[in-house]
Amino acid sequence: MNLLNISSPHATRPGNTGTVMLTVLAALIPGIAVLSYFFGPGHLIQICLASATALLCEAAILYVRKKPILFYLTDYSALLTAVLLAISLPPYAPYWVTIVATLFAIIIAKHLYGGLGQNPFNPAMIGFALVLVSFPVEMTTSWSAPSALLNSSISIQDALRYIFLSRETIDAITMATPLDLYKHQVEIATATEIYQDPIFHGPNSDASIALGWQWVNFAFLLGGAFLLWKKIFTWHVPVSLLISLSLLSLFIGWDSDSYVPLSLHLFAGATMLGAFFIATDPVTASTTPLGKLIYGAGIGILIYVIRTWGAYPDAVAFAVLLMNFCAPLIDQYSQPRTYGHKKAVRGLAKKD
Amino acid sequence: MNMHHYTLHDFKGGIHPEQNKSQSTGQDISTAGIPKILILPISQHIGAPAVPLVKVGDVVLKGQVIAQGEDFVSCNLHAPTSGVISAISEAPVPNQSGMQDTCIQITTDGNDSWPPIKGLDNYLDAEPQALIEAISQAGISGMGGAGFPTHVKASIPASKIDTLIINAAECEPYITSDDALMRENAADIIKGIEILQAILKPQQCYIGIEDNKPEAIKALQDALKENKDDTHGIHVVVIPTKYPSGGEKQLIQILTGLEVPVAGLPADIGIVCQNIGTVRAIFQAVALGRPLISRITTITGDTVAHPQNFEVLLGTPVQYLLEQAGCDQNKIQRLIMGGPMMGFTITDNQIPVTKTSNCIIAATHNELADPAMEQACIRCGMCTQACPAQLLPQQLLWFAKSSNLDQAQAHNISDCIECGACSYVCPSNIPLVQYYRFAKGEIKQAKADKQSSEQAKLRFDTRNARLEREEAEKAEKRKARAEAAAKKQAAKKDAPPTEDATAAASDPAAELKGLKQKVLASQTRVDKARERLSMAQEQNLDTAGALQLGLDKQIEKLAIAQKNLEQANS
Ligand code: SF4
Ligand code: SF4
Repeated sequence: MNLLNISSPHATRPGNTGTVMLTVLAALIPGIAVLSYFFGPGHLIQICLASATALLCEAAILYVRKKPILFYLTDYSALLTAVLLAISLPPYAPYWVTIVATLFAIIIAKHLYGGLGQNPFNPAMIGFALVLVSFPVEMTTSWSAPSALLNSSISIQDALRYIFLSRETIDAITMATPLDLYKHQVEIATATEIYQDPIFHGPNSDASIALGWQWVNFAFLLGGAFLLWKKIFTWHVPVSLLISLSLLSLFIGWDSDSYVPLSLHLFAGATMLGAFFIATDPVTASTTPLGKLIYGAGIGILIYVIRTWGAYPDAVAFAVLLMNFCAPLIDQYSQPRTYGHKKAVRGLAKKD
Repeated sequence: MNMHHYTLHDFKGGIHPEQNKSQSTGQDISTAGIPKILILPISQHIGAPAVPLVKVGDVVLKGQVIAQGEDFVSCNLHAPTSGVISAISEAPVPNQSGMQDTCIQITTDGNDSWPPIKGLDNYLDAEPQALIEAISQAGISGMGGAGFPTHVKASIPASKIDTLIINAAECEPYITSDDALMRENAADIIKGIEILQAILKPQQCYIGIEDNKPEAIKALQDALKENKDDTHGIHVVVIPTKYPSGGEKQLIQILTGLEVPVAGLPADIGIVCQNIGTVRAIFQAVALGRPLISRITTITGDTVAHPQNFEVLLGTPVQYLLEQAGCDQNKIQRLIMGGPMMGFTITDNQIPVTKTSNCIIAATHNELADPAMEQACIRCGMCTQACPAQLLPQQLLWFAKSSNLDQAQAHNISDCIECGACSYVCPSNIPLVQYYRFAKGEIKQAKADKQSSEQAKLRFDTRNARLEREEAEKAEKRKARAEAAAKKQAAKKDAPPTEDATAAASDPAAELKGLKQKVLASQTRVDKARERLSMAQEQNLDTAGALQLGLDKQIEKLAIAQKNLEQANS
């Protein structure tokens, strides 16, 4: 008899980090499906491209760092980063934009900081921010119009051509996103006038907020609800994010003749993707219950501020990165009160 | 019966592991029988080890005291059956770290013969002191886990206690020994609680039990109903099943909403907790005069053909029990004493059942999988969600891994109850509790080191002071001699030589000097004694007590010398 000698606990819940990442990937499926339905096959191609880049790159780094490759690849964290990055990018961005963003996310934002769990900034958002700043033209002219507004829907061949070969005729299929459009129009037009644009109500008045976008956001909301139910993350970050964004929009931007209205803030941009899949990235978020509320609220506020007064049409990436920066500090000052203690500890221990 | 409604106060965190209890609840409790030998560790409780009263070759009767708790915080140990003492030696004992300890071994004779035993008459009217004495004589210590001597807890002044809590939660998976006991012996349990009420006079008494034990709940309620006068206010409070609701601190929180203050005891908030098995032992001790010689232990796990609860004689080797339950011992991959969350593995199947052994799990590989390879912490916070102490396990991990003991302490690592909830949920399969145990050990070590370096410094200082004083003493003596010689010289010159000896003796100045010297000498002796003592304390020598006495004596003498000097001075 050769008995194991290990200390307690002896029972653990089945599953591992890979299970968590796969669950999150599964929860992205409805969102990706809706995206592809309304905006063509662009995102699917970007997902394949980013995933292949990420996995190869991660494997190469693991090889260089002399780590067991398969063991780390199957935590699926690189895959998740790639997918999140790909669906954040415009669907018809040129291939090199996607590759640069992915390489930067994996090499610089993840592995230079020590790999999974050590990175202070959300790798996908670092990659996204880098290409947004470096290649503004490609990044702002590659969102296609919802296919219902096009003469014919985008074929795979077309998509591949736009992404890999030639962008000559891409103007035929692209248009500004509804958030962008509203933001620019509102300076010269009233809400009623802006809403004339078919991107808001669809060709047959079949949309109530923004054509396609509203369903994309609902799909990500659905996926997020699934993850909440699976207890992959807690409600704190998404709820406080959505509440703070809504409150600001209601108090500052109540006049839709001068500001983007709340409905568009919530359902016409990357808000739901950001609230449920980006801001909740565990590694880079705050971890205490109170800290998560502060962290989520901070992102919501920054999203509103950047969208309203900043130069960029959407703001999830910058808002998340700025709050990543604050997360360690938030954690230190939001520790819960330990059982039996009168007060919670605030901050780190003083060195003597 | 009127139903009481209690506001239950949930505790933060907690988990719902697979229960695995039904396997062992199919049969009634059966007696495990008398093995050929019993191995009885002299330390089955918290406190000073019991001192053996028997020697090898002695014939003992069932229930005879074979080792005595000589300290207040200690426990008697009785022969669980009749036989001959065949060894008193070191043997493996149930312990986290696989230690050996002194055990009394009995070769049983199979007669199981008792001397006549008798309980206290009208025990509910007896003086609390007599009840406590009966409990103390019976060698009862907490049977739920920690093994704190029960008579010590029962001696907390009744004026301090308003709530008595009986812990029947049994929240760990697999374990069903308390469940079985309640189903079959509910009446004894209630009577045992009445004895505790007679001692502690609490205003209220709750039995906290998880809702996964409906039969036990019903048995307790029926027993309460049958009890003629329901004036004692014993309430069966059913609580939701959630691990670790049976942790003392958590159960207190659930039932009262109060928290045991940090570094404090339940008594600080007017509460005493006792385990259900302990309560039954109290009844047997007081009402029947039966000492604690057996307990209920669950034998379970996938290698066991008939998982069940046994009434086991203390000292029964685990192997004997496994045989009784039809265990295929070759298939055992992990042998656990206690539950899967907080129990410890044993690697020797001759280890005996003690007063605290509530469960033995003989698990296969499939049942409790080998530890999976540790992945990086992804800061998912699932551990934080699960921690009943409201710690931040992932931060503690970070500090423990980097040996940042200051921060670990600042993040209250010492409040970790090692319940294992965090490790259980961690998707990265990080053995968090192991890291915490390691860090706690290091903190303890660092404290001990600091203390001993302080001790060393103290010793160094006192030694220096002594040397200085000795030097001063010598100088004083030299001076005195020189003066005396000078005086003599002068006297020789001035006066007739007849007087000098007596004059010196009656000279008050000389007397004063003598006293001064005495004080100095005494001071030196005190210093030396202090040095020896601190050295002994530092090395944890047993002689420290004696040295302390010596030091006290020297200090007394010094005080007398100083007083004499003062009187002479004035
Ligand atoms: S559960 Fe594990 S992976 Fe998640 S934060 Fe805690 S220690 Fe890290
Ligand atoms: S073992 Fe300690 S840190 Fe982990 S959940 Fe239990 S009390 Fe919290």
